[in-house]
Amino acid sequence: MTSLLLFGAGGLFDFDATLPLMALQVVLLTFVLNALFFKPVGRVVEEREGYVKTSRAEAKQKLAEAEKLESDLKEQLKAARLAAQKLIQEAEQDSDQLYREALAVATADANAAREKARQEIDAQRDSALSQLEGDAKQLGDLIVNRLLAAQ
Amino acid sequence: MGFLPFALPFAELEVGQHLYWRLGNLQLHGQVFMTSWIVIGAILALVVVGTRKMERDPRGVQNLLEFLWDYIRDLARTQIGEKAYRDWMPFIGTLFLFIFVSNWGGSLVPWKLIHLPSGELGAPTADINTTVALALLVSLSYFYAGLSRKGLRYFEYYVHPTPIMIPFKIVEDFTKPLSLSFRLFGNILADELVVAVLVFLVPLFLPVPVMFLGLFTSAIQALIFATLAAYYIGEAVEEHH
Repeated sequence: MTSLLLFGAGGLFDFDATLPLMALQVVLLTFVLNALFFKPVGRVVEEREGYVKTSRAEAKQKLAEAEKLESDLKEQLKAARLAAQKLIQEAEQDSDQLYREALAVATADANAAREKARQEIDAQRDSALSQLEGDAKQLGDLIVNRLLAAQ
Repeated sequence: MGFLPFALPFAELEVGQHLYWRLGNLQLHGQVFMTSWIVIGAILALVVVGTRKMERDPRGVQNLLEFLWDYIRDLARTQIGEKAYRDWMPFIGTLFLFIFVSNWGGSLVPWKLIHLPSGELGAPTADINTTVALALLVSLSYFYAGLSRKGLRYFEYYVHPTPIMIPFKIVEDFTKPLSLSFRLFGNILADELVVAVLVFLVPLFLPVPVMFLGLFTSAIQALIFATLAAYYIGEAVEEHH
């Protein structure tokens, strides 16, 4: 039991040449693992990280381009739609105006024709009246003359 | 060893028994090296298989490795900061992987089936030599990180925010490796002991939840060690304004 805590051979803390040799062994292992494990794996992992990073950047750039194109197209579409609307409006206005003009001309023509007809009617009525008046006067004169002559 | 006050007929519990190897007049804990080589071999095998044919669309083991890499990078980056984390990521990652695989290997591999002449196989991190080695490496690296990045201005850290802090900061330089090594060592050894003792007493079923708890502790300890190492390095390279 006492040997458990002793430092000599057979004790729990039995230090000997195992210590420096183990240290040497671990240092050698560090260099070997650095050459066989840490460097190559690190290279592969970092290469992949770089690849992923550039791919992501490229994808982002492409996405931005696509979005820009989309917005451009939308803008163009909007402009085209606006132009079309304007064209339609103009055409509507034109046709409206044409219609109004035609209507105005027709109305004016109709008015003129009616006026003319009215004037003609008036003139004919006047002439008819004056003729009637003249006839009536003549007839009156005739009657008067006949009466006067019969006396 | 007479670890428990009573003796049981099956399975023995061994602490502080080692398989000694001799290298000149140096003594080594053979079982620690054997398991650590298995752990290192497993890590290297995984890494070699996973990085053999890497592609941009990962498949198979490459996924796992990339997940680990990412995990370690996040850990290093949050603790050390954006500027310096690249230099220290391999070290932090190696610590994490080595400790994690050691701990889990210690819990998951039935080492008991392999009989050694003395001592037994287990997690390398259950040996104080390993954890102290790792902790001292962390100490050296945060000193190196601070000095190489800021030169002598690194020592401003000791008087930050006031010179009253000097003794505390100096004590910290000693307590950091101490706490790092003992935390890891204690947790892993305790986990192995608890499982061993439970297996000892109730060989069936009862140890299983404790084993799961042990897996959890093992993972957490690996994470804590790596996070604290990264934090210490981050503290050393941080610029004071």
